[in-house]
Amino acid sequence: MRRPKRLRSLWLLAALGVLTLLMLVSITIGSREVGWDDIFAALGGAADGFDRAAVATRIPRTLLAVVAGAALGMSGAVMQGVTRNPLADPGILGVNVGAALAVVSGMAYFGLSSATSMIWVAIVGAGATALFVYTIGSLGRGGSTPLKLALAGAATSAALASFVTAVVLPRNDIAGSVRSWQIGGVGGATMENIRVVAPFLIVGFVLSFLSARALNALALGDDLAAGLGERVAVARGAAAIGAVVLCGAVTAVAGPIGFVGLVVPHACRLLVGVDHRWLLPFSAVLGAALLTGADVIGRIIARPAEIDVGILTALIGAPVFIYIVRRRKVREL
Amino acid sequence: MTVIHTLAVENLTLGYGERTVIEGLDLVVPAGRITAIVGANACGKSTLLRSMSRLLPPRAGQVLLDGKQVHRMPAKELARTLGLLPQSPIAPEGITVADLVGRGRNPHQRMFSRWSAADDEAVAAALDATSTAVLADRAVDELSGGQRQRVWIAMALAQQTDLLLLDEPTTFLDVSHQIEVLDLLTDLNQARGTTIVMVLHDLNLAARYADHLIALADGRVHAVGTPHEVLTEETVQAVFGLSSRVLEDPTSGRPMMLPIGRHNVVAPV
Amino acid sequence: MSLLATHPTGSTAQAVAESRARRRIRRRTVITVLALLIVAGYLVSLMVGQTNYSPADVLRVVFGQDVPGAGFTVGRLRLPRATLAVLAGLCFGLGGVTFQTMLRNPLASPDIIGISSGASAAAAFSIIVLGYGSTAVSIVAIVSGLVVALAIYALAYKGGVAGTRLILIGIGVAAMLDSMTAYVLSQAAEWDLQVAMRWLTGSLNGSSWTQTLPVFVALLVLAPVLLGQSRNLSMSQLGDDTASALGVRVERSRVIMIIAAVGLIAFATAAAGPIAFVAFLAGPIASRIVGPGVSLLVPAALVGALLVLVGDFAGQYAFGTRFPVGVVTGVLGAPYLIYLIIRTNRAGGSL
Repeated sequence: MRRPKRLRSLWLLAALGVLTLLMLVSITIGSREVGWDDIFAALGGAADGFDRAAVATRIPRTLLAVVAGAALGMSGAVMQGVTRNPLADPGILGVNVGAALAVVSGMAYFGLSSATSMIWVAIVGAGATALFVYTIGSLGRGGSTPLKLALAGAATSAALASFVTAVVLPRNDIAGSVRSWQIGGVGGATMENIRVVAPFLIVGFVLSFLSARALNALALGDDLAAGLGERVAVARGAAAIGAVVLCGAVTAVAGPIGFVGLVVPHACRLLVGVDHRWLLPFSAVLGAALLTGADVIGRIIARPAEIDVGILTALIGAPVFIYIVRRRKVREL
Repeated sequence: MTVIHTLAVENLTLGYGERTVIEGLDLVVPAGRITAIVGANACGKSTLLRSMSRLLPPRAGQVLLDGKQVHRMPAKELARTLGLLPQSPIAPEGITVADLVGRGRNPHQRMFSRWSAADDEAVAAALDATSTAVLADRAVDELSGGQRQRVWIAMALAQQTDLLLLDEPTTFLDVSHQIEVLDLLTDLNQARGTTIVMVLHDLNLAARYADHLIALADGRVHAVGTPHEVLTEETVQAVFGLSSRVLEDPTSGRPMMLPIGRHNVVAPV
Repeated sequence: MSLLATHPTGSTAQAVAESRARRRIRRRTVITVLALLIVAGYLVSLMVGQTNYSPADVLRVVFGQDVPGAGFTVGRLRLPRATLAVLAGLCFGLGGVTFQTMLRNPLASPDIIGISSGASAAAAFSIIVLGYGSTAVSIVAIVSGLVVALAIYALAYKGGVAGTRLILIGIGVAAMLDSMTAYVLSQAAEWDLQVAMRWLTGSLNGSSWTQTLPVFVALLVLAPVLLGQSRNLSMSQLGDDTASALGVRVERSRVIMIIAAVGLIAFATAAAGPIAFVAFLAGPIASRIVGPGVSLLVPAALVGALLVLVGDFAGQYAFGTRFPVGVVTGVLGAPYLIYLIIRTNRAGGSL
């Protein structure tokens, strides 16, 4: 179904509007009630007093949620395009856990502590895991069917999670920081973190966005895509690297957050269709909105405590995942 | 030798979800003969067969075996009388031929019963009947398509039923294996009087091997009778939407259908 | 050539009977060896440790005599722990292989499709937030396990249950439940590592008889139910249609098997946590050593028990730090797990 360009632009504008609104909400509302003049003061840079300080922490937090959500949304869309698999998602493919294992190993065995080195390590871990899971999930008849990939991912996640525990358990020194990071939250965001991760995210975004047209061709199958003049291996590789960089970087600063990459592209497809040149940016915007919204909810419903955003995305995302599986005609293996 | 069983369908309506596939169907399967069900894809052939073997409950109407409703009979009792070979049977990885054929004895065994000599005999007879005895210790997944199909038939034989239903038993086989399987089924029918009902997609093979043909179109019976009665140019047009010429097949004396497309057609003499 | 000509079936029948006997003997041998290994492992866990005790001492404690020194260590610490290890392992093995056979996919194990996650989340919740005692926790766990199984089944039901859909939905549900467990743990008043380890990966630290008893009862009641369904389980390997054609009441036996398997898993999880991979690995390992075509229920149960027993012992004494059994089975099981996936995918996927 051809979607008129105007409709798609409208949806994109609407999504941007929702995102802006959520960003505002995120800054103004939280586990602590704050007055308007304090909010404006904090936006201007003042951080004295509890109220202003509270707002001051919300700014980087909101920013991180937006950026991370965008990265995850786009990464999921790219992964689904590269694998031609509607269930591809950094969480399901175990990529998050792979990044986590890399980070934890770096912390425990190589004494890594700088944010930059952690991000590099996370990206390498994410990439290795993605490759691994994809390879295993593609063996045998039928290539990488949704089921085989999801199972390979789930099994690899479980395996790697055990390794993470094995690494962390004897190390009381890093256990505390690992624990809070592991659930997946933007709570510890600082402008410093964001500054460090920004270049990686930019690279990831650019690579992914440039792959948009190639992904459209790949959607028809490798043979057809090659017949249409695409250099299949190169296009796939570049897109995959973009996706991996995005989710590896996000995992390094915010812990493993699942389901955003799964749910957002599906919703986007319903609204703007399957042309990746629209799908990718829209997934980024919607992903940002979803994560920001989830973070806001997490701060509100359990006042004065917070629910980490990773938990919320799982609670929201899993039912959507189930809905997607139910709607599709899934052939018996 | 074999008990005569009557299998009939009365006013049967079947469907999946909101889709109705078969409506108000009446049918009688002649005992001791080979019956073939033919029709276009999605006309309801497999659905009908599945309903006759109790896999699909009817929306309306009934399937009657010897006058009793099939869907009310205890599962094992039915399985001793009526055997089914479904379309894509699954063989567990690594299972041997003898083992798989042995599974066919399930309807005759109680919950904790031991294997009896009668069971072994039945399995052996089934293996011999299908010439698969020499394959008995091989793994099923290593066999060729034709061999594998023979093994599945052997399993159905081990059930020692008087009726055998087969859903597209020849579909994925190459032509020599197709003939092998159909010849085997004919042997079965002639030696033991087993009533055979099979869904076939190849009209010509159906006409050659069946005593009784049923042509389905859009969930209704379009034609019923001997191959000569059913396989006519008119039936082919109605069921498949295809023009054709129907001649007598010189090798079997049965009717043979030659499809007519848009190219490479010689003007009739 | 007519293939149905009079043909002496005597020799074929003999060959058939012989090959069946061979398979039965192999299975019996494996079962006996596994049982002996378990007994040996059990005794070793009682005897060996920070202090070693002689077999005579251990046996005296087992039979209720009061032995100074050994009485506490062996009787109060090691005995319930080793017993729970065996019982939980039996439960996980049975439950796991049942699901894997039913769903015709070794990767469709209760610990992956959310059953264990459900029991574990419920157990963690009732212990940490509600402060329930052992029996209540077990009951909550089994109810939750069944609710989750029912939910997954219902969600996957669309005019019948496609195994594929069930597995995928199970993965989604597992993710949801795991995040709930993580949340409950993060909200715990103190970060009790022991408790966290138990509910995240499974641990036998601090096992007591009160925890062990419900598992024993579950095994006593549910294992015979499952073993009674053993033949139906074998038939279901052939696909629902064929099984139905062979006289199996497919839906009915499936429900019975699910309830029994979930019950076993839930009770074991309530006592020891979701010990990683035991349910997953027991079936495939049993299948490898016993061979195709025979009932795997008892062999898998025994493999499960052995895995937990050995894993726990290794976790306590084989490495510098004390690792809970879940970490050991997780780390050691992971390579085999990956190998299994590779092999399964190459071959096309069935147990």
